[in-house]
Amino acid sequence: MSLEILLFIVFSLISVISAILMITRSNAVISALYLILNFAGLAGLYLLLNAQFIAVTQVIVYAGAIMVLFLFVIMLLKPEHEKKFLEAKPKLKIFAVAIAAIIFLQLIYLLFFSKPSESLSPEMTKSIDSGTIEAIGKQLYTNYLLPFEAAGFLLLAATVGALILAKKKIE
Amino acid sequence: MSLIEILIITLIKILIILTLTLLTVSYLVYFERKISAWAQNRLGPNRVGWEGILQPFADVFKLLLKEDIVPNKANKVIHSLAPMVALFVAFTTYAVIPIGPNVQIFGYDISLVVADINIGILYVLALTSLGVYAITFAGWSSGSKYSLLGGIRSSAQMISYEISMGFSIAGVLLLSESLRPIAIVESQAGWMWNAVVQPIGFITFFVSAFAETNRLPFDLPEAEPELVGGFHTEYSSMKFAGFFLAEYANMIIASALITTLYLGGWQIPYIEKLGLADWLVTVFQVGSFFIKVGMLLFFFIWIRWSIPRFRYDQLMNIGWKVMFPLSLINLVWVAVLIMIFN
Repeated sequence: MSLEILLFIVFSLISVISAILMITRSNAVISALYLILNFAGLAGLYLLLNAQFIAVTQVIVYAGAIMVLFLFVIMLLKPEHEKKFLEAKPKLKIFAVAIAAIIFLQLIYLLFFSKPSESLSPEMTKSIDSGTIEAIGKQLYTNYLLPFEAAGFLLLAATVGALILAKKKIE
Repeated sequence: MSLIEILIITLIKILIILTLTLLTVSYLVYFERKISAWAQNRLGPNRVGWEGILQPFADVFKLLLKEDIVPNKANKVIHSLAPMVALFVAFTTYAVIPIGPNVQIFGYDISLVVADINIGILYVLALTSLGVYAITFAGWSSGSKYSLLGGIRSSAQMISYEISMGFSIAGVLLLSESLRPIAIVESQAGWMWNAVVQPIGFITFFVSAFAETNRLPFDLPEAEPELVGGFHTEYSSMKFAGFFLAEYANMIIASALITTLYLGGWQIPYIEKLGLADWLVTVFQVGSFFIKVGMLLFFFIWIRWSIPRFRYDQLMNIGWKVMFPLSLINLVWVAVLIMIFN
């Protein structure tokens, strides 16, 4: 068995087990911890695919920034209220199950019935360097400049919106 | 080189770096106490060994022999996980910091860095962004309001100053055109040190480094008068020592990063013109790296015993209204420089 396959098994086991543990824990903080572990496992899988930049941004953005925010919200809002909320309105559970079923069916469709994307040029998928920061930067600033700038503008608008919502009203 | 050889060489490097850091950390604590004593006109530790030189070992044995107390309300697993995360983050960051140029030993061409990866700076940023967890976990799992307050304060502080830190680093990356720490050092040949070329970025990075390591004047997470001990109030024995170790290891990381990014790393300007033997040049260069780091560490301690702590609103104002715009100005400055001289 080569080193790559061994690492693949380790990282995918980490991702799958932590994902299962994340949805089965009753304590929201522990769930969040398993989600962080899941992100770490995914970052390892990206590394094995030679996508170093995506692996590191996975850790910086998801594990480092978004999950910190999640943890804050969980710690400050005390998730015990959520349980009472669900017990008072049992119909919400049916709604949640329906949404989960739809997403699951979508995933099954993607896995078994859809063709792999053909938008990538064959040279790019072959190249080992396609995951490096230089290759991604070049693509972002030439072929995908408009979507990139649009996403940036959207984020700016969201930031301004958040500022206005949080601002104290001064008469 | 075969895989086994690479593994052995890497293991040796890791061992050397680890021992070096642990030794430096223990003596950093000693120097912190000595320098604070000089600053306050006291003698400082002077009982264990000559001038108290064995004091760090006495401290470690004392902490090892203390009882490990876990509060009743604490979440036991996360409570012991927190100091481990702090130590993990502190020590794994050293992997990408180069302490010298490539050397030839027994016919092998060895680079003086544990892992020479081409996204080294991003790796450092990723690990430091994980450092927030150690403090948040410690604050939350202790089940004490002082710990929770300290943890939340610290996280807000670290997130705020990470932004100006990132923008300062962007200035360095524009000039070096690489994320590899070795390439960044080599781009600062001669007197082209980034501290000289982009002084504003140097200052913003320096101040953010103080905030990221939770050192005075930014040590609000453990502000003794208001929060007892902040996020590590409920920690004792070796778990407390873990946080203590991590704080000093982070100081060394910050100094080594400042040296690599802004002070030319291991480089001594124009040393190649002196006509010294190759091995002597390498020795001097590695020495210069350690001297630069040592001076920065002294500066960290000096600042701690000279300047009082900021108030919380002042801290946030400085972070968002002073440091952030300054680091943006620096980025524009570097871009203009590149426009003119290219």
